[in-house]
Amino acid sequence: MQQVRWHGRGGQGAVTAAKILGMAAVYEGKYAQSFPAFGTERRGAPVQAFTRIADRPIRDRSQVYNPDYIVILDPSLLRVVDVLAGLRSGGTIVLNAPVLPAGFIIPPGSHLVLFHATPLALEVLGSPIVNTIMAGALAGATSLVGLEALKRAVIDVLPEKVAEKNLYLVIRAYEQVAGAGRREVHLAVGNN
Amino acid sequence: MRKKIGLTGDGAAAEAMRQIDPEVVAVYPITPQTEIVERFAEFVAEGLVQTELINVESEHSALSACCGSSMAGVRTMTCTSAQGLALMHEMLYIAAGNRLPIVMVNVNRTLSAPINIHNDQSDSLGSRDAGWIQLYCENPQEVYDTVIQAVRIAEDHQVMLPVMVCLDGFIVSHNMEPVELLDDGEVKEFIGEFKPRLNLLDTERPITAGNLTLPEYFFEHKYAQVYALEQSKEKIEEVGREFGDRFGRRYGLVEGYKLDDAEIAVITLGSMAGTARVAVDALRGEGIKAGLLKMRCYRPFPVQELAGALKNIRAAAVMEKAVSPGAPGPAVFSDIIAALYRQSVRINLISYVAGLGGRDVPVKSIHRVYEHLQKVAASGEPDRILNYLDLRGWE
Repeated sequence: MQQVRWHGRGGQGAVTAAKILGMAAVYEGKYAQSFPAFGTERRGAPVQAFTRIADRPIRDRSQVYNPDYIVILDPSLLRVVDVLAGLRSGGTIVLNAPVLPAGFIIPPGSHLVLFHATPLALEVLGSPIVNTIMAGALAGATSLVGLEALKRAVIDVLPEKVAEKNLYLVIRAYEQVAGAGRREVHLAVGNN
Repeated sequence: MRKKIGLTGDGAAAEAMRQIDPEVVAVYPITPQTEIVERFAEFVAEGLVQTELINVESEHSALSACCGSSMAGVRTMTCTSAQGLALMHEMLYIAAGNRLPIVMVNVNRTLSAPINIHNDQSDSLGSRDAGWIQLYCENPQEVYDTVIQAVRIAEDHQVMLPVMVCLDGFIVSHNMEPVELLDDGEVKEFIGEFKPRLNLLDTERPITAGNLTLPEYFFEHKYAQVYALEQSKEKIEEVGREFGDRFGRRYGLVEGYKLDDAEIAVITLGSMAGTARVAVDALRGEGIKAGLLKMRCYRPFPVQELAGALKNIRAAAVMEKAVSPGAPGPAVFSDIIAALYRQSVRINLISYVAGLGGRDVPVKSIHRVYEHLQKVAASGEPDRILNYLDLRGWE
C-alpha cells in the first residue's frame, strides 16, 4: 500500500488533488481511498488530505500517519506545520518551491522533488491553485498512477469549465518531472 | 451494465437513491450529509429520476413530509445528520409508530455542544429507542448495497417499519473509493414495485391514520410495533442473503472476522470495524488469537447471533463512538451485556468509548485495546470496565 499526505491551505485544492489521484488509481483497476483530514476547512487555513493506493482492498479507515509521499502545495506551510511528520524512510517529498527553502532539512534517504507550480498556475489559471500541477508532478516523479488515468480523473473530478486548463497543467507537470527523471530532479535540488 | 467507479460514501448513497428513484424525497441539507442532497438534487434537475423533491425549512418538516407521503402510499426517502436527526426526534417515533416504511440515510455526526461537525455515532445511537431498524456501514460499497436492501426490508408487509442506514461522517461519507454499481435494471428488479399495505388515498378502502389511541389500545398497538421490529431480523437476513446470491456481496446481522478460534475480540460498528481488521491481521501475524465482531444491525438487536458468536471468547471489548452520560455504561456495551445475560453467556466484557467528535481512531490505538484484552484474558477478570480510548488528562 502506498500512502500520500497532501498539505495545502483551504482553497488551494488539496482535497481535490487527493481525489484526482485516488480516482486515477481506480481507473487503473487498483484500490484507493482519498479523504480530507477532519479539520475545519477555512479558506487559507492549513489543511491536509490523504490518498491510499493498493492492489488489495484497503480496510484501514484512520488517517495517514506514515506517508510514503508528502506533497506540499504551499511552501509557507513549512513554517507552520510539521509537514514531514511520519514520513517513511526512503519516502518522497514533492514541494512547490523554486529552490530549497532555507532551513528546510530533508531527512536522510528521502527524495525531494521541487516543482515551482505557482507561476505556472498564475499564468494558466490566473490564480495560485496548484493542486492539479502538483498531482501531475507527483505522478511524474513516481509510479503511483499513469498519465492517461490521471487525465481521465481530472476530467471527471473537476467542473467542466476548468477541466481543460487543468488538463494542460497536469500533462505539463507530469511530462516535465517524468522527463527530468527523479534522480536528476533530486540532484538538481541538491545543488541549490 | 455493472461498473466500478470512484465514489464517496455520500456519493454512493445518492447513486443508490437515483436507481431506487423514490416518488418522494423530503430533505434538508446538513454537513456531512450535504453531498447526498446536492447530488440527488442534480439528478432531479437533470430528469434522471421522477422524484418529487420537497425542499423544507427544517429536518422536523422533512420527516413530517416523509410521513405524509409514506402514509399516502408512495416510496419515500430522506437523509440527515446529527442536529438534523435530533430535530427529527419527535417524528422518528411517529414514523415508526405509524409503521411507515421510510428509508433514511443518516451520516453519523456528533451532537452539539460543544459544537462540532465531525463523526461519532451519538446521533443515531441516541435515537435507538425510536423504533427504527438501524444498519451500520463500514465503507461506501456497504452504503450503496445497504440503501438498496433497506427499501426491500422496510416495505416488506411483515415489517412495515422505517430503516435508518448509518455511515460515519467524513470517514466514510467523504472518503472516495471504488464502488461497484449494479445496473439500474437490476436495482429496479431487486427492490420491486412498492405495494403499500394501506394507503390513505385509497378511496375504495378508506382508513384512518395517526388517530388518537387511548389507554385501552395503546399498549397493544405499541407491542405490535415492538414485535414487528423483533421479527424484522429474519427479513434483514433474508434480503442480505438474496442480495449476496444475486450480486455476490452477502450481508447479515453481524459479521465475524477471524472470530472462530479467537480468544479475544473487539465488537464494534461502522468504520472502526475496518481499522480493527488491520489490527487483527497484525496480531494474528504474531500468533495472537484476536478476532472482530462487526455489528451491522443494531436495531433490532441480534441477541442470539451476537451471544452465539461470542460464547467462546475469553475477553471482549465493545468499541463505540457514543457516550451515555450518567448511565451504567454506554449504549452498545449495555445492550451487549443484556444480550449475553439473556443467553446465559458469561464472558469478560469491557467498554471503550472512542472517537468522539471526530477524534481519529488509528490502528495503534486499537492495538492498545487488544493489549488490554490480553491482560483481562490472562487474569480472568477486568481491571477496569469503562475505558475512554485516547482521552487526555483524565488518567
